[in-house]
Amino acid sequence: MQHKVIDTKDVVIRFAGDSGDGMQLTGSLFADMSAIYGNELSTFPDFPAEIRAPHGTLSGVSGFQVHIGSGHITTPGDLCDLLVAMNPAALKTNARWLKRTAMVLIDGDAFDEEGLAKAGFSEDPIRELHIEDRTVIVAPITRLTEESLKDSGMDIKTIHKCKNMFTLGMACFIYSRPLEYACRYLEKKFHRKHPEMIAPNEKVLKDGYNYAANIQAIPNTYTVEPAHMAKGFYRNITGNQATAWGFLAASEKSGRPLFCGSYPITPATAILEELAIHKSLGAKTLQAEDEIAGICTAIGAAYAGDLAVTTTSGPGLSLKSEALGLAVMTELPLVIVDVQRAGPSTGIPTKTEQTDLNQVLYGRNGECPIAVIAAHSPANCFDTAFNASKLALEHMMPVIMLSEGFLGNGSEPWKIPSMKDYPEIRPPFATQEDIPFKPFMRNPDTMVRKWGLPGQKDFEHRVGGLEKNHDGVLSSDPLNHEMMVRERAEKVARLADVIPPLEVIGNKSGRLLVVGWGGTYGHIYTAVMQSLAGGKDVGYVHFDYINPLPKNTAEVFGAFDRILVCELNSGQFASYLRGLLPQFTYLQCNKVQGQPFLVQEIVSAIDNVL
Amino acid sequence: MEKYTFKDFKSDQEVRWCPGCGDHAVLAALQRAMPRVSEILGYKKERYVVVSGIGCSSRLPYYMDTYGFHSIHGRATAVSTGIKVANPELSVWQACGDGDALAIGGNHFIHAVRRNIDINIILFNNRIYGLTKGQYSPTSKFGAITKTSPYGTVEHPFNPGSLVLGAKGTFFARGLDTELKLNEEIMVAAAVHNGTSVMEMLTNCVIFNDGAHAEIADRAYREDRTIVLRHGEKMIFGRNRDKGLVLDGLKLKVVTIGEKGITEDDILTHDAHSDNIGIHMMLADMKYPEYPVALGVIRDVNDITYDAAVRMQVEQVTEKSKIHCVDDLLHSGSIWEVK
Repeated sequence: MQHKVIDTKDVVIRFAGDSGDGMQLTGSLFADMSAIYGNELSTFPDFPAEIRAPHGTLSGVSGFQVHIGSGHITTPGDLCDLLVAMNPAALKTNARWLKRTAMVLIDGDAFDEEGLAKAGFSEDPIRELHIEDRTVIVAPITRLTEESLKDSGMDIKTIHKCKNMFTLGMACFIYSRPLEYACRYLEKKFHRKHPEMIAPNEKVLKDGYNYAANIQAIPNTYTVEPAHMAKGFYRNITGNQATAWGFLAASEKSGRPLFCGSYPITPATAILEELAIHKSLGAKTLQAEDEIAGICTAIGAAYAGDLAVTTTSGPGLSLKSEALGLAVMTELPLVIVDVQRAGPSTGIPTKTEQTDLNQVLYGRNGECPIAVIAAHSPANCFDTAFNASKLALEHMMPVIMLSEGFLGNGSEPWKIPSMKDYPEIRPPFATQEDIPFKPFMRNPDTMVRKWGLPGQKDFEHRVGGLEKNHDGVLSSDPLNHEMMVRERAEKVARLADVIPPLEVIGNKSGRLLVVGWGGTYGHIYTAVMQSLAGGKDVGYVHFDYINPLPKNTAEVFGAFDRILVCELNSGQFASYLRGLLPQFTYLQCNKVQGQPFLVQEIVSAIDNVL
Repeated sequence: MEKYTFKDFKSDQEVRWCPGCGDHAVLAALQRAMPRVSEILGYKKERYVVVSGIGCSSRLPYYMDTYGFHSIHGRATAVSTGIKVANPELSVWQACGDGDALAIGGNHFIHAVRRNIDINIILFNNRIYGLTKGQYSPTSKFGAITKTSPYGTVEHPFNPGSLVLGAKGTFFARGLDTELKLNEEIMVAAAVHNGTSVMEMLTNCVIFNDGAHAEIADRAYREDRTIVLRHGEKMIFGRNRDKGLVLDGLKLKVVTIGEKGITEDDILTHDAHSDNIGIHMMLADMKYPEYPVALGVIRDVNDITYDAAVRMQVEQVTEKSKIHCVDDLLHSGSIWEVK
């Protein structure tokens, strides 16, 4: 067979196996290696809610997709060029993601009678899935791993845990990845807790690589050249990690110690876990007894003068609703992170969605507007968390930051910023001039009240959930109530004075404006670029700020004939826009499958309109 | 150091509790206790924060001239916890009712006690929901007839003391609304104690549960039906100071001094600082008519507090860590350079 090395701009690789097969690790390792090699990339972990679902079953399949390229990469890719399937169930659930030209690498040892039966195959799985035209490489990965480690003295169970390194070695051969990166990573990962695991993993990795090189079954191998990235230091970062770090940055820039009161919930828990590590930056984390305690401890911390944060997902936010009202009423700075997942109720906890928008905008008793901002990529979670904190602290209000499972778990390379490029955060502390202290007197321009910290002399005051007047005295006077309701709303509305305007990508006016918000940015951006390249008259705006909307929203919308709102729900942002800007007509592109958009879906939606 | 009087802690707000409500007396005790606490611990007035939930007693922060936070139903304990962790220098006091702290807020209550966060919880127990006008609460007696139990409740009440001690609480005391001096003494002890101090205040609700504690509180027989416990003192009670508590096997027993050869030496001595939670549990559980109801500080032991542990961990990790600013953090771990 003639072996060719093909230089390609980008490839998508999907690792799939049993939830205990280490596919998340294999995928992240491949991503990290590629990042260090200089590729741009985007990742998408797609795993079940069960920690260890029954072995070999369809429900237990865990996947990790990584998209690497020498150009600009903004999504984890729609379909894959290589699918690694560690068992029949993994092949069955992932075959639909194969490109027509894709290669499939399977562990032949797992395709025994039992494995096939568990996945519900009755005959030849390749034929049953209609993928005979793909290049299928069947390697006896389990046996080869056993062979590779037969002299290691390890027990068979531990040996089988190294199977993923064999596949990683094969993938490294196919995509011309130098093994030294993987070896360096393994050393780093294991050197402290399991130094004895370094050598066996490296051996299996190298054996996998050599096996792939020797079998002559792989028709082509590929190179993906490093991308032309701006000079500087880079790191890979997940959205949840970036969120946590953004808060640490805001704490540093404001001088307010960070307090995070949270309850574990998928897919937001990693933010709490990450903050728990960084006590050296003064972060105090309190794992609360429930979601309500999470936000209420944070509100208490805010009252006492900390940068207070609570992190959760949709069901947790539902539990926090009453306390959100308390934060609005007491006008205390607080950031609430909602890493959205598929709902309602428990829904599909590990899958991504944008279905909490209505909840964050409206889900409270009384007239209770809250500022809402959304992150648009994993690395952007850093800036979003920083900005949410800045708004909360400087405007004395709760701010909800929307993230998504897709962003929280997904990762991308990030050019490391310098803190000197970030602005100072200056909360409106009460000063001597404010004595006698009237806690709800407002700055007439911003409607913001002053922050009097307990422990300081002469600012003694009381806050609470009951309506008060400007002096901080309880009041059920009808006109005072209406005035306070208006003022609290006005305070949120006036954030529009400090948030950046929308920037239109592509055509600035014309036949169609595509509108998105949150984690769909990469997919919509790629789709719009493709449509522009195909000669379509299209522009694109992406909303990071949802409440309030940027000031130039109506102006931007007015320059287009039609508006297409793309979102991973049944049309919540579109309805919101209809309510605020009813003069425009909104078309919708929606998906509620617990999965991100495919670029192709958005391209088709654009094609349908134009 | 400034010397305060109770007037310094009285706010200019009109007190809106019903005339005859037991809460008035508890408020008065707190306003008298705070100057004492300041004297003993050197606290300036601005260090006090009074937090509450929702209910009649939760109006208390408005009547104190201190920092105050009137939060939402059941969540005062969580708000107090956040305040104390954020700034351990503050002296955090919490007012909450039996419905507020033990029904809707039961979860936060037991977890605060478990964590031993250094806050002072005044639990006003009038065995009824007052602000919503007379429904039974988690401390209403079995069979209590209220608006939501017209035929009597069919559920057993909580004994707050058992809950606190069951969660390995480090401080539990019980007061009675009209015992102003005793309540003040309890509050000062609670402030001095490091850790979660729970003070159950038996209060009367003149409107919806008048005589909530009358069977022990009535002046005519109060001394015979209650016992005031003080650390290091004999467990003696009664109008004639002739009754006492002894251990009879594994149970407490009421005896009369001078009868059946019992002398004062046979009577138990109260050890509030004993690690042994069993005896404290028995004392907290005593019910009339078999026993006198225990008042005073029942348990007061030392253990590491949550807020101190949080602070200590931050200090220890900071000392060891190489990451001292966000720029350090951003460049930590696996990074690479594009040249």
